[in-house]
Amino acid sequence: METFFPQFLQQLINGLSLGAIYALIAIGYTMVYGIIGMINFAHGEIYMIGAYVGLVTLTAIGTAAGYPPWLLVVAALAIAIMVTSTYGWAVERCAYRSLRGSPRLVPLISAIGMSIFFQNYVVILHSSRDLSVPELITGRLFSMDMGGFEVSMSNSRALILIVTVVLMVAVTLFIRHARMGRACRACSQDIRMAGLLGIDVNKVISFTFILGALLAAIGGVLIGLSISKINPFIGFLAGIKAFTAAVLGGIGSVPGAMLGGALLGLVETFASAFLPTEYKDMVSFGLLIVILLIRPSGLLGRPEVEKV
Amino acid sequence: MRETTKTKILKDAFIAAAVTAVLTFPMVGMRLNVESTGLVLHKNFLWPTVAVLVVFLARLVLPFVLIPKVSVPAAWTQKAVDYKKWWLGAFVVLALVWPFTPLGSGAMVTAMTMAMIYILLALGLNIVVGYAGLLDLGHAAFYAIGAYTYALLNLHFGLGFWEALPLAGLSAGLFSILLGFPILRLRGDYLAIVTLGFGEIVRITLNNWDSLTHGPDGINNISKPTLLGYEITRRSRVEDGTTLWQALGIDYNHIYQQLVLYFIAFLLVVVAAFLISRLVKMPVGRAWEALREDEIACRSLALNPTIIKLTAFSLGCMFAGFAGAFYAAFLGSVTPASFEFIESAIILSIVVLGGMGSQRGVILAALALTLLPEFARGFAEYRMLIFGAVMVLMMVWRPQGLWPASRRRVELPS
Repeated sequence: METFFPQFLQQLINGLSLGAIYALIAIGYTMVYGIIGMINFAHGEIYMIGAYVGLVTLTAIGTAAGYPPWLLVVAALAIAIMVTSTYGWAVERCAYRSLRGSPRLVPLISAIGMSIFFQNYVVILHSSRDLSVPELITGRLFSMDMGGFEVSMSNSRALILIVTVVLMVAVTLFIRHARMGRACRACSQDIRMAGLLGIDVNKVISFTFILGALLAAIGGVLIGLSISKINPFIGFLAGIKAFTAAVLGGIGSVPGAMLGGALLGLVETFASAFLPTEYKDMVSFGLLIVILLIRPSGLLGRPEVEKV
Repeated sequence: MRETTKTKILKDAFIAAAVTAVLTFPMVGMRLNVESTGLVLHKNFLWPTVAVLVVFLARLVLPFVLIPKVSVPAAWTQKAVDYKKWWLGAFVVLALVWPFTPLGSGAMVTAMTMAMIYILLALGLNIVVGYAGLLDLGHAAFYAIGAYTYALLNLHFGLGFWEALPLAGLSAGLFSILLGFPILRLRGDYLAIVTLGFGEIVRITLNNWDSLTHGPDGINNISKPTLLGYEITRRSRVEDGTTLWQALGIDYNHIYQQLVLYFIAFLLVVVAAFLISRLVKMPVGRAWEALREDEIACRSLALNPTIIKLTAFSLGCMFAGFAGAFYAAFLGSVTPASFEFIESAIILSIVVLGGMGSQRGVILAALALTLLPEFARGFAEYRMLIFGAVMVLMMVWRPQGLWPASRRRVELPS
């Protein structure tokens, strides 16, 4: 029991930084679901494309050129945000917009098609092998010895946490106060009425996809820098887990996505500390099924009322 | 044309070209490659430039070209010919005759047997997705359950294919009831994610439960099916048993065995197609379709949505179990790698491509999607890319599928 507390602390740090990434992706799921009521299945792939664009940028600039690491990180983030949000916008424009108003199954199948397409698109372009991301952010923020067990937090994990918290605050403030944020909330309450009152619904939906892709791209670049390994299949699993996080927090609710992401990250790290690692992914799938059984509206969501 | 419209078209074209540039230059134009010196970036901006130019010109020209609307002849939409009979007859005769033509090489028969397995899987999924309108993204899980049920029964209890076949279907059906009963009360798209998660859970379990499933190596040496009680292998597995070839008095040839397997697969497909076409006409089948169209209306007519969805889901999964048992017998071995998510995606794209709720469409699409890669080996790399694109394009342009079912409709007199 001596090492229990330090071990717990270490898992807490790991879990929160993993959960931060899930939360970043989950916001994209939850906002799109809140407004047009579809599961954007291709969102995980958008995150993966973000990680790849970040790596392409880093390799194009060259890590040996002598630029300071923070400048490289900022450049990778900036380019990844720009390209990935364009991908997010284009996906909505090409694959979903003309399907609005058709039965629920139709856009969902289109989204699955988009997800398969992007996965193989990246496989063909950059091969399916693991690519290593240069370690730009080295060192540890702190490291302390607690009764023979070392508790530490690397700078890259710290960066994930700080960036995520800043983004969460920014997104919350934006949705609460900005004109576009208000329009988003109006659309999620009643999209047809919002359209009648003069809100450009198409613009709001496009904006939702762009915002979701932007956050996912940041998550992709940061996770690449932190675990320094990416492949074209990271989006699939991360996407499902982020969706689980969104459902856990209550789909359609932005604070719910943040809470759900953090919780899922914690559950997963604690589970992998006590279970064989192969079963780590099963925990989150099992959790998803259990939540849907016990409380389908999630922790912060409101139960859905069917309208005729 | 007014001046403002012209500038708008020009502006649109520029925006579209810029978007294409942002999309393609960093991804298509720059490719990462692992070489001995580390990560290397290959730059080749030819294709992105071509793409940008094409998009720009297309956006400039298209608004000026009037795209003629293709009007579908009335005879196609209204059911003028009862073509149900001829397609069925043609399919059966063709399937029985072609192996004896010069086309019937060993590789071709094997490919067609695989196609039959996919038809069986897609017919099952068609009940769930097509008739009942429930999206199942974990069909491969039930396929795996069927395959492993037969493999384990054969390994531990020496059960033959025909005894294990109903049990494989039953166990897949039971698992689907266990999964479906709690989940089917919820909204439709939750089922999609839950079945997806279930598919992964099954695959991870098969991969790691070494004592039962032998892990990633899978189970080998599974018995082939028997025909009329005779074995179809070269030598009998039991001592002094007779093989089919000894009974017929002909020498064993590998292609005969493949042919017998093909005909068994074909028999399973015919039985499944017949059963499903009957089921759809029964009250429960009508209820599936009614529920797909309007759940609230169904509930107010005192139909229990959960039970109806559950029948569709479990029946569809049962057929996947049958397909799995045959697959295990056909290959003689099962490994978890055969049941990944991509299998579920392929089966789903077959159903979508053929037309949800259309048996003939699903059969056609299964044949096309499994046989095309045989003929176009060069495209193997692009196969899944094309699958994904086809799913999107079909939903955008023709959500009813290539060969949709002719819907019965009764117009209310106004």
